[in-house]
Amino acid sequence: MTETTTTDEAHAPAPMPEASADVADTTVVIGHVTVHPPLRPPSTFKPSTAAHRTKLPPPPDSTAAPEPRRSIGRLRLSDVIRLFGALAAAVALTWWIFTQLLPLEGPLGFIVVAYGLFLVFFATLVSLDDSGPAVRDRVMSALVHSIAALMLLALAVVIIFTVVRGLDALPHLNFFTQDMGAAGPLDPLSVGGILHAVVGTLIMITIALLISVPLGILCALFLTEVPGAYARFVRTIVEAMTALPSIVAGLFIYATVVLLLGFDRSGFAAALAITVMMLPIIIRSADVVLRLVPGNLKEASFALGSSQWRTVWNVTLPTARSGLTTAIILGTARGIGETSPVLLTAGMTTYFNANPFSGPMISLPLATFSFVRSPEPTMIARGFGTAVVLMVLVLLLFILARVIGGRGPGRLSPRQHRRRAAASRADVQRYAIRRHARLSTASSALAAGGVDPVSDDEPRRTTGEENG
Amino acid sequence: MTALPEVRTADQDAPRSLAARPAGADRTFRGIARGGGTGVLLIMTLVGGFLLYQGYRALETRGFEFVTTEAWDPNSGEFGIAAVMAGTFFIALTAITIAIPLSIGTALYISEYAPPGIQRSLIALVDLMAAIPSVVYGLWGLFLLQPVILPLSQWIATYFGWIPILSVSDFDPQDPLASPTVFTSSTFIAGIVVALMISPIASSIMREVFSQAPLGEREGALALGSTRWGMIRAVVFPFGMGGMIGGMMLGLGRALGETIAVYLIISPVFVIQPRVLEKGANSISALIALRYSEASAFEMSALMAAGLALFLVTLVVNFGASMVIARSRSGAGAEG
Repeated sequence: MTETTTTDEAHAPAPMPEASADVADTTVVIGHVTVHPPLRPPSTFKPSTAAHRTKLPPPPDSTAAPEPRRSIGRLRLSDVIRLFGALAAAVALTWWIFTQLLPLEGPLGFIVVAYGLFLVFFATLVSLDDSGPAVRDRVMSALVHSIAALMLLALAVVIIFTVVRGLDALPHLNFFTQDMGAAGPLDPLSVGGILHAVVGTLIMITIALLISVPLGILCALFLTEVPGAYARFVRTIVEAMTALPSIVAGLFIYATVVLLLGFDRSGFAAALAITVMMLPIIIRSADVVLRLVPGNLKEASFALGSSQWRTVWNVTLPTARSGLTTAIILGTARGIGETSPVLLTAGMTTYFNANPFSGPMISLPLATFSFVRSPEPTMIARGFGTAVVLMVLVLLLFILARVIGGRGPGRLSPRQHRRRAAASRADVQRYAIRRHARLSTASSALAAGGVDPVSDDEPRRTTGEENG
Repeated sequence: MTALPEVRTADQDAPRSLAARPAGADRTFRGIARGGGTGVLLIMTLVGGFLLYQGYRALETRGFEFVTTEAWDPNSGEFGIAAVMAGTFFIALTAITIAIPLSIGTALYISEYAPPGIQRSLIALVDLMAAIPSVVYGLWGLFLLQPVILPLSQWIATYFGWIPILSVSDFDPQDPLASPTVFTSSTFIAGIVVALMISPIASSIMREVFSQAPLGEREGALALGSTRWGMIRAVVFPFGMGGMIGGMMLGLGRALGETIAVYLIISPVFVIQPRVLEKGANSISALIALRYSEASAFEMSALMAAGLALFLVTLVVNFGASMVIARSRSGAGAEG
């Protein structure tokens, strides 16, 4: 009974005899409690539990990287010797077969035959010393290494070949400042350029992004924030649509915008086709990123009493920002590089046109495609030049995505860390100033009222009883 | 008599529902989000719906013969997708046959063999390869690969010509003056180019799944004395099987729909031509790109119907792929 009275006394200025029903008094109590929020835990717990406390293992540090995989690769001298021995034997034998034995020719055939012989020699050499499983291990290791090398080689060849062939057209400055309106099929490379295609690509991708980014992120938010059978259904459809053939996207816009609504082929129609193609890609990767946002962040926000909308706006989206940006940039790279939706919907032009709503337009991949269909060497050179410009654009977007992204949700870059620490320091300062101001007003009010401030341990005692 | 509260045992005690009725701004937010989802769903359904609507005229005229006719001559009423659909599959299957070892090997290398220091760069390179526009691959195939690959085609046709799909009808291995032009513009060359385009996508899905194979099982296999390859066969492959199949099917979906690279390389024929090394191939997307510009209204309808067929086929393949990935033990992290 006495306990409840003291609690009441501290919290509400009830008309009790010992608490003066003064306004100034109430302010001090409330002010006091606010200034010292983390009150001491009840002191009676301390001595009894400290002796018998169970030693808990430290909680696993969730920010630490998972256990690293041990490297089990060891390069032994005998492996290296076998490798080069087999290689030398294979090349020598292939050369003998090609020049002396069989009527074979061509560098590609040479490499294929030499590689097959190399595997045979290598397996034989290993089997001289090692048992069956070890032989299989070494041969598969050689095979896997060479396949990966082949893949990287293919990438390098695709890029280098395009750049080398594009070097004919690229040094001409007019290539970037003119359109093809004045250039005939037989004109040299010093006439005509691809300005119209660059501008067309930029206009189309801008319109496509203006539509697909809000819609795509909204849809991804729907998939993660409003779960249910309907969201699952939408997710299934979207996932199936990620591999929608791009020409079907073009055909769809052609069927609706051009045939049904009667508009001409234009940059806007092409942008719509790119949007249809990009939308599932953006939604899918944004969905993945949003699902990675840690649940405890959202729950903390809910526990502080914020609504779902505030949580999405202030917690989920900022946390996933770098991942979402990466998703959008990679979707943009796909959208920029697609030819077939634009082929059906943009029409084709050799003239500069910056108006997406009227007249045909052309994009970089479409320009490449139309250039290389011509038999003229200068046109083909222009095609390769356009392809290089396109590749550089895609590469820039890709590097941008790597710079921004590549970080899990909630992980900050050094600069973001600094900014957040500065904001936190500013907050601390703000609190200190506010506390100071409140204390000084309170004490001045007290001085005016002529009442002693409440003694320091009164609120503490109160809360101790509450907890106990 | 005192009324005792009903005693609940542990299995009766169901968790109470904590769902709160959203109010105010939340309801608006949920409504807008739901609207966004519905809008996207609508667009995606409209793609199929409009293709059907526009292609219905052609489908109605031809009926079931649309699927069985090889020729494509809509203006005389004799047309069907048998040849182009078969050609699409021939190119896609050739591509998949080449892409399977390529992508599995690359994925294995990155997840199992590569030094940890260069793994991230390798992943970035493979992703970059997936981002290269298809028209660039087409240029590469047309101008660089085709001249280089002809002797290999000739060699295969000479020594493996007894296998029906590798035979070439107008090619006599005994004739030293035989022109290699019968090997140009073939399904084989288009397949190689498409294989290079789909391998990075398939391989990045596989790599993701391989690297999730549990560490304990890996080290258990190694501790039992297995070699690295033995560990891969015993732990990594069984664990990643779903991801491997799913990745390949996603790649197949991409291969079926590839347009520009195929269009640049093949020379279209309208018969079912399963001899992959021989000149002449076709695919639905290349047919649409080839014919749309000077199509009459009726041919446009026929092209829409062909597009619808391609759309349905890729949809089925993709559904299959996502189902396989989702069902596999490792599917949780396989996001392509």
